[in-house]
Amino acid sequence: MLRTLLSVMAVLSALATTAHAQSSIKIAILGPMAFVQGENHWAGAEMARDEINRAGGINMGGRRLTVELVKVDTNELQSVPDATNAIERAITRDRADFLMGGFRSEAVLAMQEVAMDNKKIFLGAGASLTKLGANVEANYDRYKYWFRISPTKDTDLIRTVFTILGSVAAQIRTDLKKEVPKVAILAEKAAWTEGLVPAVQKTLPAMKLEIAGLWQPSDRATDVTAELSAIERSGADIVFTLLSGPVGIVVGRQMGERNMKAVAFGINVEAQKDEFWSATAGKGQFVSTLDTFAEVELTPKMTPFVRAFKERFKKSPAYNAATYDGIYILKEAIEKTGTMNADQLVPFLEKMDFVGAAFYTTFDKRHDLVWAPGKTAGIAVQWQDGKKVPFWPPQIKGMQPFRMPR
Amino acid sequence: MLQDILITGLINSGVYALLAIGFSLIFGVARIVNIAHTAFYMLAAYCFYALLVTAKLDVLVAGILAIVAITALSLLCYKIIIEPVREHQAAVLIATIALATIFQELMQVGFGGHYLGIPSTIGGAFTIGGMSIPWQRVLIIVVAAAMLAATWWLLYRTRLGLAIRATANDREAATLMGMNADRVAMASVAISVALAAVAGVVVAPVFVVDPRMWLAPLVTMLAIVVLGGLGSLKGSLIGALTIGYVEAITVFAVPAGAYLKGAIALSIMIVVLLVRPEGLYGVAFEEER
Repeated sequence: MLRTLLSVMAVLSALATTAHAQSSIKIAILGPMAFVQGENHWAGAEMARDEINRAGGINMGGRRLTVELVKVDTNELQSVPDATNAIERAITRDRADFLMGGFRSEAVLAMQEVAMDNKKIFLGAGASLTKLGANVEANYDRYKYWFRISPTKDTDLIRTVFTILGSVAAQIRTDLKKEVPKVAILAEKAAWTEGLVPAVQKTLPAMKLEIAGLWQPSDRATDVTAELSAIERSGADIVFTLLSGPVGIVVGRQMGERNMKAVAFGINVEAQKDEFWSATAGKGQFVSTLDTFAEVELTPKMTPFVRAFKERFKKSPAYNAATYDGIYILKEAIEKTGTMNADQLVPFLEKMDFVGAAFYTTFDKRHDLVWAPGKTAGIAVQWQDGKKVPFWPPQIKGMQPFRMPR
Repeated sequence: MLQDILITGLINSGVYALLAIGFSLIFGVARIVNIAHTAFYMLAAYCFYALLVTAKLDVLVAGILAIVAITALSLLCYKIIIEPVREHQAAVLIATIALATIFQELMQVGFGGHYLGIPSTIGGAFTIGGMSIPWQRVLIIVVAAAMLAATWWLLYRTRLGLAIRATANDREAATLMGMNADRVAMASVAISVALAAVAGVVVAPVFVVDPRMWLAPLVTMLAIVVLGGLGSLKGSLIGALTIGYVEAITVFAVPAGAYLKGAIALSIMIVVLLVRPEGLYGVAFEEER
């Protein structure tokens, strides 16, 4: 009797799973949900889910499937093992069909392995480490299920930064009538800046920029008074930042407190967030950084997306909110191929030409975004009187002038 | 550059001294290695943020309330968590690590993982020797000096201070002389955490408030107290000045190696320990006892 009951329960359970899989597409959104990156992963995905489901869902070979999201807190900023456990859970317990998100490179590397073991399509929306894409090239059969939808890989990020730096330097040459502006390099000591710092030191002289010095505080430094004093004394016109940790806030705040004449530009992840202004207690004036979203017409979908995001969440989207595009990329791929089979979707994604809210997405052989200013290189913003003002690429409609502190 | 080093080193040392002296005091009196010490500093910064920015209270009121609230919380934690295991140092160590982690997680749940900023309580800056110094940083130095003076006065000019020093010297003898060692220990916990809370409140407008802000000063503080001699207040002050200035000199002398300031400070601690295993003032402290 007991055996019969158990058999019936097993059959019912299997039927329920099958029925569930047929009515919806389950997408696991992976991110550090207590942090701004995870919040944006989730918010972008929620927006796409609601829009798609309101419009009737995803049409897979004539069958309408709703988008179902699974919120997976990877806690990756504090623990890489937590991240691998979370992705395992998403695959085995939540039975996610697709995986999306990730932020911290070390954690995403580990999660990539789990996803590839399970042959699940994983759209990365946060980590820039080159190795993630290099894996695809080195061992295609294993890593072909990985695609990076945001941001561009780290070496392309720095190409973008140099391009923008060139335009900032040109403005300084005009405004200050100084042919060779001085640049202080302020790079946090972290794995991701290791390769970038020598590249910056090599490239700046070629751009007719004089290097005033290199300062490398910890990414969690709470005080950079000493560094900024020395930078002031060096007579630098630009503080070129490579900062991803909370030190980015400290730098912005203390530069404001000291009324420094140099302008900060580069990568400052904290300055991309709306909370930067209040975190610097209103002292982050003129800090500028690479960013992804603003109310500009980089793509036709960007301004409507940013406005809807602000309306719904009362803040601007960060680059992790590109999960919004990720879900639409999956929708288009599933609808065009009529399947959720990963091996059939991969060739389609490789040839895809997708216009999203963040970028004009096309993938290279490493499944990285093909770098192109005005298409995938993102934008640059500057904090001006409490607002993030977009200023690059200047030819895009909606861009505003870059301002110098003096 | 000299004036840069002098000012920066003084600011660093002031905050470190507030933390290290409190930590040393509680160890000297109650033999408690309170790993949660800097977690109380973090809690004070959050409490100050909540009262000042969220509840929009006056700066002074918010600061005092934050210090009082965190000190009261520390007494509660002492009674419930630490006192029952106080005689077992390993258990105290583990219990305080757990306590600090719980506080960190609670702040993360309550405030999220966001980095928070508190407006300067005193705006503006002045220039000395070509160096711009915000008034907020001067406030840190002044408050640190005032609190250290007040602690010295309390320890050496009051009956409570006498009881604290007596208990630190010889707990059994102090008990036989009619002093309530448990109450003295509680008073030490309160003074110690109040100093950490003051540090949290005065640095919050300069630093970034986040749930993990207690970790970096914990390592530095442990280095200072070991360098100065565990339990020695004078040693903690000298240790704080040493580490504070070593960090400042490192940043100015080796700009590209600014991240090494912690490692260099810790290396100096190791060198001192190799020469004097009891720390700089370990012997003096033993003599005091």
